[in-house]
Amino acid sequence: MAGKSLYDKIWDTHVVRRQEDGTVLLYIDRHLVHEVTSPQAFEGLRLAGRKPWRTGAMLAVPDHNVPTTNRLRGIDDLVSREQVETLDRNCQEFGIQEFMMNDKRQGIVHVIGPEEGFTLPGTTIVCGDSHTSTHGAFGALAFGIGTSEVEHVMATQTLLQKPAKTMQIRVEGALGKGITAKDVVLAIIGHIGTAGGTGYALEFAGSAIESLSIEGRMTVCNMAIEGGARAGMIAVDEKTIDYFRGRPFAPQGELFEQAATYWRTLKSDPDAVFDRVITLDATQIQPQVSWGTSPEMVVPVTDKVPNPAKETDPVKAEGMRKALTYMGLTADTPIDQIAIDKVFIGSCTNARIEDLRAAAAVIGGRKVAANVTMAMVVPGSGLVREQAETEGLDKIFLAAGFEWREPGCSMCLAMNADRLEPGERCASTSNRNFEGRQGQGGRTHLVSPAMAAAAAIAGHFVDVRHF
Amino acid sequence: MQAFTQHTGIVAPLDRANVDTDAIIPKQYLKSVKRSGFGPNAFDDWRYLDPGEPGMDHSKRRKNPDFILNQAPYDRATILLARQNFGCGSSREHAVWALTDFGFRAVIAPSYADIFFNNSFKTGLLPIVLPEETIDELFQAVASQSGYTLTIDLARQQIIRPDDASAIPFEVDSFRKQCLLDGSDDIDLTLKHADEIRTYEAQRRQSAPWLFLDR
Ligand code: SF4
Repeated sequence: MAGKSLYDKIWDTHVVRRQEDGTVLLYIDRHLVHEVTSPQAFEGLRLAGRKPWRTGAMLAVPDHNVPTTNRLRGIDDLVSREQVETLDRNCQEFGIQEFMMNDKRQGIVHVIGPEEGFTLPGTTIVCGDSHTSTHGAFGALAFGIGTSEVEHVMATQTLLQKPAKTMQIRVEGALGKGITAKDVVLAIIGHIGTAGGTGYALEFAGSAIESLSIEGRMTVCNMAIEGGARAGMIAVDEKTIDYFRGRPFAPQGELFEQAATYWRTLKSDPDAVFDRVITLDATQIQPQVSWGTSPEMVVPVTDKVPNPAKETDPVKAEGMRKALTYMGLTADTPIDQIAIDKVFIGSCTNARIEDLRAAAAVIGGRKVAANVTMAMVVPGSGLVREQAETEGLDKIFLAAGFEWREPGCSMCLAMNADRLEPGERCASTSNRNFEGRQGQGGRTHLVSPAMAAAAAIAGHFVDVRHF
Repeated sequence: MQAFTQHTGIVAPLDRANVDTDAIIPKQYLKSVKRSGFGPNAFDDWRYLDPGEPGMDHSKRRKNPDFILNQAPYDRATILLARQNFGCGSSREHAVWALTDFGFRAVIAPSYADIFFNNSFKTGLLPIVLPEETIDELFQAVASQSGYTLTIDLARQQIIRPDDASAIPFEVDSFRKQCLLDGSDDIDLTLKHADEIRTYEAQRRQSAPWLFLDR
């Protein structure tokens, strides 16, 4: 019999029951909750007179709507405030632990889960948020769900699921100097396309993935969803296990060692069979910049804006034309000649301590270019912010002319006050460049933190390797 | 959940690939704590020429005359014809609520993003997958006849065309189909197995006690 993949192993240990048609009742170990996708689920519970099945499996945090300045003043936007207060009320009513807005541990839900050790290897983790795939970096099965499913997990601690197909994406070889996890995942999405992973659970493997730090692995898994896959995962190794030592929600002492023994088995067997395997050569990956309105519209910084006239697929060519119009770009423009207006360093893709270090390292005492009207750094959590301040990173950013903000989703989706104005062009470390994502009419280019910092200083995209 | 058995309606063609959920319902409307009222803001950025915010009277906003859902008879459409990877991006179920609130009962596309696909069934919106060639044919049929209507028969898994051409069969997962036909509540169904969930939990407490450090 063939060996098991990492996905199979976690899936199999979580099956409560199997229906005849193959639908499974899957047990959910961890349920993260934020203010945007939960109110209707709580309301559903109340209307049906139900209680959460297991509140200890839940952790809630407001992140999407929170302001990133002057937080002690509260939230100015009344509708945003109502949503955050609704979460507070619901958590209190149902007895769910919440890191409230002014708690030092507050932050983006996908940053705080691992940071607290709430996320653990081998678990099933869900959240009403597509970037839940992030937690797969720890050898967990983590995926985003809709609000009806949020209610289902609250009420039953399970989900009705069918097994996904599995795809292993191997990135082999050494990454070049200055090439980060963000470039790796953007290159993968450019390769497989935004629907390439639909119906699959992805496993990222290969020497380049193994060499990544824990933060880098989270960046890669975070964007599995931009490749169309609900879940992305990476095998457990000693780096994973060490990461959890001493985290507040993680087991301690002997129980930790007992868990670690199990966690070490969380990798695909050498003879595991995948529905699809693709391999990328790590040495060929360059710093990436997205040019269009879908994450697959991405090219190396050394390249040019692609020309739809050269695309043979008519639906694709039309999509490219629409994207170029929206982005205000002309085909064949060299990427490093595109000037920017704003810079956003943040989001659950790239707002952890390592990301901030990488961005700060590029600055080297220089200043943000005159044509850049705003450059902001939004740490992923209060604890990341605190750590960065201990290391003096805030001073580096502030001296260069960046704004140093309080943690949250911020301009990743512009639900709070941080947004692009129509026509503004932004170098962003977030994960989505959809039309209007960072503000109506705003134009987003996805890049790594180092590339974003370099663009801030130069005023246009530059190859960070020669900066 | 609203049951889905048979439905006849006007088909609106939305001829673009990768329509994301940010486009279907922009973020400012996600601040709502309700499940309804999203219809006027479905495809907000494409539908209106001026920017919208929650709480506005959207009927007074300037509509984009070029957008298909602003043109009669498509403003009354109940079936949406779309291209590949429909509903990609954010997990927001609000996207499904916006479509159903607008009046859509079904979407027909070559492929969908997984989370959107799943969410649709939970809200009684039927997402039908058809091969690219059939989708192309349907786009042509819609273009050549204003107000083109289709009938979707879920029980028989068939789409019936107005010109009596042969019916188009489609696949649907048997369990989901039954739930839609019955309009059943998933949670009720699952709670019938509450004992099994408890048994599983008790076993896991033994084999993986570190997962139950509830605090
Ligand atoms: S940072 Fe952006 S992608 Fe991540 S959870 Fe927040 S809004 Fe979603």
